[in-house]
Amino acid sequence: MTTITMTVNGQLSSREVEGRTLLVDFLRNGLNLTGTHVGCDTSQCGACTVHVNGRAVKSCTMFAAEADGSCVQTIEGQSNVDGSLNVIQQAFQDNHGLQCGFCTPGMVMAAAELLKNNPKPSEADIRHHLEGNICRCTGYHNIVKSIMAASGQNFSAIAAE
Amino acid sequence: MYNFEFVKPLSVADAVSALSDDGAQALGGGQTLIPTMKQRLASPDILVSLANIVEMRGVKHFSGNVTIGGATTHEAVAAADAFAGLTTLAGNIGDPAVRNRGTIGGSLANNDPAACYPAAALATGATITTNSRDIAADDYFQGMFTTALEEGEIITSVTMPIPEASNYQKFDQPASRFALVGVFVAKYAEGVRVAVTGASEDGVFRWSEAEVALSANFSADAIANLSLDASGMIKDLHGSKEYRANLVKVLTGRAVGLAS
Amino acid sequence: MPKDSGIGASSKRREDVRFLTGAGQYTDDINIHGQAYVHFLRSSIAHGRLNGVDTSTAETMPGVVRIFTGSDFEGVGGLPCGWQVTDRHGEPMQEPAHPVLAQGKVRHVGDPIAAIIADSPSQAIDAAEAIVVDLEELPAVVDMKEAVKNGATKVHDDLTSNLCYDWGFVEENKDAVGEAFEQAAHVTTLELVNQRLVANPMEPRVAIGNYNRANDESTLYTTSQNPHVIRLLMGAFVLGIPEHKLRVVAPDVGGGFGTKIFHYAEEAFCTFAARQINRAVKWTCSRSEAFMSDAHGRDHVTKIELALDADNNFTAIRTDTLANMGAYLSTFAPSVPTWLHGTLMAGNYKTPLIYVNVKAVFTNTVAVDAYRGAGRPEATFQLERLIDKTARELGVDPIALRRQNFITKFPYATPVAVEYDTGDYVATMDKLEQIADLSGFEARRKKSEADGQLRGLGINCYIEACGIAPSALVGQLGARAGLYDAATVRVNATGTISVMVGAHSHGQGHETSFPQVVAEMLGIDEGMIDIVHGDSSKIPFGMGTYGSRSIAVCGSAMVRATEKIITKAKKIASHLLEASEADIELKDGQFNVIGTDKSCAWGDVTLAAYVPHNYPLEEIEPGLEETAFYDPSNFTYPAGAYACEVEVDPATGKVTIERFSAADDFGNVINPMIVSGQVHGGIGQGIGQALLEHGIYDENGQLLSGSYMDYAMPRASDVPFFEVDHSCQTPCTHNPLGVKGCGEAGAIGTPPAVVNAVIDALHSGGHTHVTHIDMPVSPSRVWSAING
Repeated sequence: MTTITMTVNGQLSSREVEGRTLLVDFLRNGLNLTGTHVGCDTSQCGACTVHVNGRAVKSCTMFAAEADGSCVQTIEGQSNVDGSLNVIQQAFQDNHGLQCGFCTPGMVMAAAELLKNNPKPSEADIRHHLEGNICRCTGYHNIVKSIMAASGQNFSAIAAE
Repeated sequence: MYNFEFVKPLSVADAVSALSDDGAQALGGGQTLIPTMKQRLASPDILVSLANIVEMRGVKHFSGNVTIGGATTHEAVAAADAFAGLTTLAGNIGDPAVRNRGTIGGSLANNDPAACYPAAALATGATITTNSRDIAADDYFQGMFTTALEEGEIITSVTMPIPEASNYQKFDQPASRFALVGVFVAKYAEGVRVAVTGASEDGVFRWSEAEVALSANFSADAIANLSLDASGMIKDLHGSKEYRANLVKVLTGRAVGLAS
Repeated sequence: MPKDSGIGASSKRREDVRFLTGAGQYTDDINIHGQAYVHFLRSSIAHGRLNGVDTSTAETMPGVVRIFTGSDFEGVGGLPCGWQVTDRHGEPMQEPAHPVLAQGKVRHVGDPIAAIIADSPSQAIDAAEAIVVDLEELPAVVDMKEAVKNGATKVHDDLTSNLCYDWGFVEENKDAVGEAFEQAAHVTTLELVNQRLVANPMEPRVAIGNYNRANDESTLYTTSQNPHVIRLLMGAFVLGIPEHKLRVVAPDVGGGFGTKIFHYAEEAFCTFAARQINRAVKWTCSRSEAFMSDAHGRDHVTKIELALDADNNFTAIRTDTLANMGAYLSTFAPSVPTWLHGTLMAGNYKTPLIYVNVKAVFTNTVAVDAYRGAGRPEATFQLERLIDKTARELGVDPIALRRQNFITKFPYATPVAVEYDTGDYVATMDKLEQIADLSGFEARRKKSEADGQLRGLGINCYIEACGIAPSALVGQLGARAGLYDAATVRVNATGTISVMVGAHSHGQGHETSFPQVVAEMLGIDEGMIDIVHGDSSKIPFGMGTYGSRSIAVCGSAMVRATEKIITKAKKIASHLLEASEADIELKDGQFNVIGTDKSCAWGDVTLAAYVPHNYPLEEIEPGLEETAFYDPSNFTYPAGAYACEVEVDPATGKVTIERFSAADDFGNVINPMIVSGQVHGGIGQGIGQALLEHGIYDENGQLLSGSYMDYAMPRASDVPFFEVDHSCQTPCTHNPLGVKGCGEAGAIGTPPAVVNAVIDALHSGGHTHVTHIDMPVSPSRVWSAING
C-alpha cells in the first residue's frame, strides 16, 4: 500500500492504495464519487471518462498511482459554482441527450474536452470525438445535437444539409 | 487483477535498473496492458511506469528525420504534425482518451498484429532506439507480439525519415476499432515503402511487389494488376483471408492516391 | 402552438439533473456496511459432466467467508420459467430444471459452478483460482439444425430430446395454407438468419442481498426492470421467502432493453447467501461476465414463403423457424418466438391465411429471451425482407406492392389471433415518402455513383403488439402471470402528490411523462407531482416495464386512480362549497360550482381531507389516496413505415447509412421529445443489428464475440441524424389515454429497411445475383456477396 494524493474537483485528497487500484476505484470507493461509472473491462465504453490534468482519460484504464500528484476532474465537479448545470450539462437536458444516464458522465466529460480544443466542432468532428464513448439508449442523435447546442451552433441548419 | 508494486522512475537509467528485478514489467500508457492485467493474463510483480521520464517524451525534427520519444502519447504525435501519414495515423488510434494515454513506445513494444504504429515504423524504415542500441525497423518486427527487444529493454525513441509523401489508410475492425487492415505508404527519393498491419498472421509486413511497382510509377494504376497471396492472411469473424487480401490492395491504392 | 405542460408537452426531463451531475443512484453505487463480495466461478467449457468441486484449499485462503456449490442448493428451488407453450400436438413444452448453481452438468460457457464470498472482490477471485473442478467434457450442442436431429447429444439428459416445443400457429389453418400455395400464381421463398444479439445495457447487472435478523426480512437491490416480478418469482419459487418478508429494490437502472426483465441466478444467490452468512453480499458483473450470463436475444433461423395471386394480392404466408432457447429456459423465453412472433406475422397486410411453425431448441449456449422488440423484430424482418424480394422477382415497386396489400379497415382480425383496433398504414407511408424525400432519391443515387458508391433505398413497414398484455388472453396462451399494472396516487395535505407506479423507468423518462398526465387531469403544476418506482416496499404492485407497456398499462392504472381521486375530491369540495356534487367541476386546479362564482382551490380540498374539521365524516373517510389496477382488454398496435438510404463501397463492402427516416403512429403522445428519443434509440439498436452486432459461437460453444473487442456496438460515427415523425396518430380505442407505446418500434422497424437498402444498392450496381445477405451486413459479407 502506498499513499497517493491528488486534487479532485479542486479538493486535495489522499488515500492509501494498492498498486492495482484503478483510478476509477479510487474515485468511486475511496472518495465516494460514484458518478464515474464502469461499463466495460476492455477500455471501450467510456462511461468512466474523467479529466486528468485537463485531458480526458478512461479512469478504468489508469492506475490511481499514475494519477498521484495530478488534478482530476469528474462529473461531480462540472456544475457551475451556484450548483446550476453548466453549459454542456444544460444542453444535454434541453436536447434530451440522455436517457438511462449511465454513459452520460463520460459523454459530458468527453464533450468538455472536445469543446475546449475545438469550440465549433462539425457533426463529423463530434462523432469522431465520441469514438470511445458508447451509448445504448439515444442512437447518439440527441447527444450530437446537445454538443452542437453547447457550442452555440444551430443544429437544425446542420441536420437539414 | 493480481497486485504488484508500482514504481515510477524519473530517468531511463532508473527505469532500466527497476526492470532488472524479477517479475518487473514496463508500463507505457497502459491502454493494452491494463485490460490484459484485468483478465489476469499478465501478472507483473513490479510495474515500472515510464510516464514520468521527461527525456522520453516529445517530438523533435532534425535534418529530415523526426524523432519521437518512446513515452510520447498518440495525441502528442498527432498534434506535432510531423508528416501527413503519421499525423493521420496517430490521430485515429483508438479514441481520444486512449490517445491521451497510449504511447508510441508501448505500441511498438507490444507489436499487436492489428496496431497502427508498426505500419508507420516499418514503412518509414524507422530506427527504434532503446536504452542500449539502435534497431532498424526491418529487423525489429519479428511476428505477432514478437520483437527484437530483449528482456528489460526500453524503447527510448523512434526516428523516422520524413517521406516526400505519405498516407495511412485504416479500415476499422468494427468492434475494437483496431485496424482490420491498415496500409502505410511512404514515398522517398530512393523508393516507395508499403507496410501492412492487421492482415497477416506474421504481423506487420512490407508488400514488396507493390513497393517495386510504386517505385517505378507512383499511382494506384501501378498495382492494379498485382494480387496478394491470401494464404498467410488472418481469418476471423470480421473477415476472411481473401477479404483481407482484397483490403490490402484497395487501401494501398487509396493511400497512393491520397499521399501528400 | 406546442403545449408547455401536461399531455403533449415536451417537458424537459427532471431526472436528467441527477444523472448530469453524477448524483444518480445505481445499484453499484449502493454499499451496505460490512458487505462481503461474491465472485462466481463459471464454466469455461460449453458442456460437461460435473463430477466434483473441491473447495478445500480455496476455503483457507485470505478473506474467504464461505464458498457455495450446487449441492448447497439441493433443497432450494430452481429458477422458474414464467410461460408455458403448448405444442402442435397439445403437449406442454419440455421444461428442464435450472439450478442456481450447476448441479451434475455444466451447459454453457458461463454456467456458474461455485460462488465464493470474501471480504474483497479480489480475494474472492484469488480463491476461485484455487478451486479444483472435476469436469468431464462432453460434445457441445451449438448448431440448431444438428441439435434437433435424432441421436444428437442432449443438453438435458432427462428430456427426450433438445426440442423444447414444436409449435404450430394456427394449426387448424395448416392445410388451407398448403392449398393456397398450390394455387398461387407466384411464390417467393426466403431463408434467413435473425442473428443472436447481446442486449448490452451500458450498466452491467449488479445484485446486493441483505438480511435483517431483527425482523427476518430479506432485501435485494438489483438492476431490474420489474422488481415485483423478481420478488414474486424469487420469493415464491426459488427461495421460499414470503412476500411480506422480502423487499426488492431496483434504484436507478442503466438501461434494460429486456435483458433486465428476467430473474437471474445471481439475484437469488445474493439473497440466499446474505441470510446464510448474516452479512450483505454484493455482486457486480463485469462486461465480460455479462456476455456469458445476461440472457441474449433473437437467434432464429427461418424459412418463409409468400403466395400471391395473379394480381399480386398476398394469399398466404408460411414460415418455419428454429428458435434458440440456449441451455435453460429464461423467464419469458418460450413466449418470444411464439406469441410475440407468430401473432405478428400478418404485419400490415391483409393476408387471409397464415401458418407459422416454430421449433424451440436447447443448445449449449447462453439462454435467449426477450430483447428490445422480442419476437416482433424477427417477424417483421422475415416478412419485410420477403416482400422486398417478392417485389424484385415480380418487377414491381416495393412500395406499391405494400400499399396494394395494406389493411385499411379497422378493427381488423388477423388470421393469427389478434385484432388490430386502429391504424392508418397509408397515412404513415405517405408521411414517410414526404419526410424521407423519396422523390429526390434518384438524384442522390446519381451523385453517389459519380463518387464510385452504390446507393440503395430500403423501405419497411412494421406493426407491433404492445401494451402487454390482457391477462385473460395471455393466460390462455401460456403466461403463468397476469400482466396488468397498478398505481397509487397519494395526495398529501398540502396538495403535492406522490404516484407509486408499478412501471420502472430506466431511461424512458417516466419521472417526467407520468406527472404530465396527472397534472393535465387535475390542472395543477407538474412540479407538484413526483413518481415513486422501483421499490416493492413502496408500491402496491407492478409488473414492470417491457413490451412498450408502461404508459399504456401502468399509465392507464394511474389515470384510473386519479379519476378516483377526482371523484372523492369533488365530494369534499361539494361539502366545502355547500353545493351538490353534480354541480362541481375541476378546472385548472380549482373546484368551481358550475354557474356560480363559488370555488375553492385544490389545496383547500386536500387540506380538508387531512384536517377534517369541517368534513362529511359520516359519508367519506378522511385522507386522499387511491389505488387502481388496470388490465388492458387488448394489445395496442403501433405501426409505421421506415426508409433507409445507404451507400455501399463496392471495393470494400462497407455500408454507410446516409439517411434514415421513420414515420410512426403511436396513437396519442404524452411527451413528444421523449417519444422521439425512444425512436432514435431503437433505430440505433436496429442499425446495430443490421450492420454490426453478432453474438457468435464457435463449434465448441465458445462465444467468439465475448467482449467489446469483438462484439461491435454502434458508435456515434456509425449513424447519421435521423428524421423521425409521429404526427400520424390513430389513438388506441381501448385505453383511457389512447396511447400505444413507442419503446420498441425503432428496433423492430429498422433492420429490414437497412438490409433492403443494401440489396437495392447492390442491384443498382449490377450485382443482381445477390438476393439476400444475413445480418450483420458487415463489409466482409457484402464484399463476399458481390464477389461470390
